[in-house]
Amino acid sequence: MGVLRQLRYWWPRPQFSLFLLVLWLLLMNTLSLAQLLTGAFLGWLIPFLTQPFWPERPLLHQAWRLVPYFAHLLWDILKSNVTVAWLILLPPRRLRPAFIRYPVILTDEFALAMLASTISLTPGTVSAGLSPDQKTLLIHALHVVDEEALIRHIHTRYEQPLKEILE
Amino acid sequence: MNIPLWLDALIAALLLIGAVVATLGSVGLARMPDFYMRLHGPTKASTLGVGCTMLGSLLYFSAAGKGISVQEVLITVFLFVTAPVSAHVMARAALHRRVACSAHTRHPPWPEMDHPPETPSPATRGDARHAPPSTPGEVSDTP
Amino acid sequence: MIAAILPLALLLFSVSLLLNLYRLLRGPDLTDRILGLDTLNINAIAVIVLAGIYMDTTIIFEAAMLIALMGFVGTVAMTKYLVRGDVIE
Repeated sequence: MGVLRQLRYWWPRPQFSLFLLVLWLLLMNTLSLAQLLTGAFLGWLIPFLTQPFWPERPLLHQAWRLVPYFAHLLWDILKSNVTVAWLILLPPRRLRPAFIRYPVILTDEFALAMLASTISLTPGTVSAGLSPDQKTLLIHALHVVDEEALIRHIHTRYEQPLKEILE
Repeated sequence: MNIPLWLDALIAALLLIGAVVATLGSVGLARMPDFYMRLHGPTKASTLGVGCTMLGSLLYFSAAGKGISVQEVLITVFLFVTAPVSAHVMARAALHRRVACSAHTRHPPWPEMDHPPETPSPATRGDARHAPPSTPGEVSDTP
Repeated sequence: MIAAILPLALLLFSVSLLLNLYRLLRGPDLTDRILGLDTLNINAIAVIVLAGIYMDTTIIFEAAMLIALMGFVGTVAMTKYLVRGDVIE
């Protein structure tokens, strides 16, 4: 039966439509029927019109496991801010900045983007570039003494969970 | 205005912490010696500082009985999603322009990013996964 | 207590804005100026929210949201221009 394919064509991304509806209601800051209908219409129209431009849909095996991941991340962001605030107050000569080449094992582009964003938000590291073959992530660290330990930390704390969740 | 005292103190603390943290981020932006080190302050401190301010404002307007205001949540989430992306694109632009890093930075990224090294550099856990030499090109796009 | 903290928070954010302005004017590279402008945007959002609390209105939060959106798009467009020499290919 082509019913499912028809539905897939006319309503390509149900979750994305729902997300757009919620986003619209948040933007309008109301819950009136008119805005609900407008949001639902836009939530249908935008995915329908833009579907040729989308890459293949990302697979979320265990989407609920993103919740503890984000909780961890929030805690790390708080810690990282204390660390960075302290480092900023030190005289810059005492800092030991370094560029670090991090060997990535993730292959999915969405997972890679998540990893790069995570690294940018956590202690003293900013992801600065990806090598053309997507195997090495260039990270700038504000103050690092043991580079191996930092690489291992990123690997166990962020990359492994992301690989399990997203790939 | 009938905000209980503890909530009043909590909101005041959030606003103050937010302002202090954001100011520290800007201090880092102003006094760090090279571009890559300057990047750290704004991406983390300013984002969290503004996030704290937003949380305080959210609590204030919700407690003041004007209905729950959710726009702050939207702005905060947006800032937290976009801050790493802007940091990444700015760092990429700086690498592309060969903006100098300060002299005591270890492992400066040039010229390896244009021509991946054939022998693993000491910073990576060099093994079979390591980058094979590929065609010269700039650092690729954000994934 | 909020009334006492608000001017202090606004003062701190004003100092941040001045520091960002210093980086924006001083450079030395174009990327530094972009970074200064980006941080200026983020701090301006916080100033708008604090002003909203001060004036006891949420109506100006729309402006904060617009600055957040436009600031990000502007930053990405400027860096893209630096890397590619073109904004829309």
